[in-house]
Amino acid sequence: MYIKDKKKVFALADCNSFYASCERVFNPKLNNKPVVVLSNNDGCIITRTNEAKALGIKMGEPLFKAKKIIEKYNVKVFSSNYTLYGSMSNRVMKILEQFFPNIEIYSIDEAFMEISSLKKIYNYSKYAMQIRQIIFQWTGIPVSIGIGETKTLAKVANHIVKDNPKIKGVFDITKIKNKNAILKKIKIKKVWGIGNKLSQLLIKNNINNAYEFIQQDNGWIRKNINILGLKTKMELNGIPCYELENNFKLKKSCCVSRSFGKKINHIKDMREAVSTYITRAAEKIRNEGLVANNINLYIRTSPFNINSEKRYINSISIPLDFPTNNTIILNKTVLNGLNKIFKKGYLYQKAGIVLSGLETKDTDLNLFKKNNKKDNVLMTTFDSINQKYGKNSLRIASEGVKKKWLMKRSKCSSNFTTNLKDLLKVKC
Amino acid sequence: MKITLYLNSVCAGFPSPANDYLEGEIDLNEYLIKNPLATFIVKSQGNCMLQAGIHSGDLLIVDKSIKPKNNSIIIVSINGELTVKRLKISNKKFLLASDNEDYKNIKINNESDIFIWGTVTKVIHSVY
Repeated sequence: MYIKDKKKVFALADCNSFYASCERVFNPKLNNKPVVVLSNNDGCIITRTNEAKALGIKMGEPLFKAKKIIEKYNVKVFSSNYTLYGSMSNRVMKILEQFFPNIEIYSIDEAFMEISSLKKIYNYSKYAMQIRQIIFQWTGIPVSIGIGETKTLAKVANHIVKDNPKIKGVFDITKIKNKNAILKKIKIKKVWGIGNKLSQLLIKNNINNAYEFIQQDNGWIRKNINILGLKTKMELNGIPCYELENNFKLKKSCCVSRSFGKKINHIKDMREAVSTYITRAAEKIRNEGLVANNINLYIRTSPFNINSEKRYINSISIPLDFPTNNTIILNKTVLNGLNKIFKKGYLYQKAGIVLSGLETKDTDLNLFKKNNKKDNVLMTTFDSINQKYGKNSLRIASEGVKKKWLMKRSKCSSNFTTNLKDLLKVKC
Repeated sequence: MKITLYLNSVCAGFPSPANDYLEGEIDLNEYLIKNPLATFIVKSQGNCMLQAGIHSGDLLIVDKSIKPKNNSIIIVSINGELTVKRLKISNKKFLLASDNEDYKNIKINNESDIFIWGTVTKVIHSVY
């Protein structure tokens, strides 16, 4: 018997101005108004709605620089409320998981899906449109979905959606045989995998958009960029080089989740598992020179248990007092969170953690970031010992130093979804 | 070799016969929330829905995935302000009503800045 290998199709779901959209769900007065959300300590602007973009407010701009525009046009300003955003992100991702079994949660507001395996679905955009509608109906969060032959093209399709309000939320680039015209519209900076620095080099060489990039010959790309540049070119040409990843996702967030070899029912075992995962994730983001702003932890039993009373799933979003990649602090924080959601009497099958709000250690986005040299040295030593003597030679005894550092969050909304004392008040 | 542990320590005597019948405690979430991904809890302020059994300070369970019917109690955004109303549908016309006669009914037409935020499914009222 011969089974033809089906061509892969990828989709990227991306929440529109995610942090601002979360604020809008609980405050409809913000709809159609310019809204910005600030980084930790109210330093810089990290989310802008379309209305705010139209006023010329720049991404990553320090708050004080945008102050004139903000006052003139009455732009609504919020401190980042990672507890709320994490909780809303969980809802969106779980809905996506229900309808797309092959999913990679890429960041707090983005997920890649491989959709060719969805049987009986002949019209991908129609299906994506329905899911988009469900996400908006259930959570109030608007999502754009791009569909393409590769992850990079799915990302391109997503940009097309965001740049064209007339396209209602979904664009399927696989329907277009000759993509040159579209790729000409995609600025080189916006191509997945090509960062700010690289795009500067490319622009110097007169390569301004995705189309001009794929016109370069392989030798030039290999010489001036690297093998990843070649992969990006192939992906733009519709040849998949990247699969869905299930382990570490860097850049905006880093997930570590595993199913247990044997089901767990004791909190002691769960603590060990969670501690192991966060240690691994911390190591990974340290290698990339990143720090995290938020931890998401989830635990669950098997979803297939026939007896619904034996099913349990819960998650918690824990904002960090300051951006960190310190294993000790992350361990302590995540174990406190575990205490809050762990319930006795269930057989747990899986746990996972997501470090989100990742940024480079020396990013300018935090004006008052705590910088503890001692901790950095400790963690460097920690990593080098483990490199030398093998993984986990040196481990955390799940107990660490607690450092409370008051964060400035003067314009923070309430934790509408996670705290009974913070519920949304509705007049009648 | 595995050794099975029992919940009760064995005193000289008889182990609790209830051990074999242990089940989890009642979980109110199961009763209150059908679709957790679409459910939000809000707090009511004011007394215009008294006849519907909603008092000021009560917790309302709101399911955004449910399509409201005639007479459903809904959370509705009127000019960006979230309020609790009763939805009246007749001849494809929509009306927002309060159970309190002091409040006027509101007609919904295409020009009005009104959208339905969610459908109220349960009310939690404290009596102690």
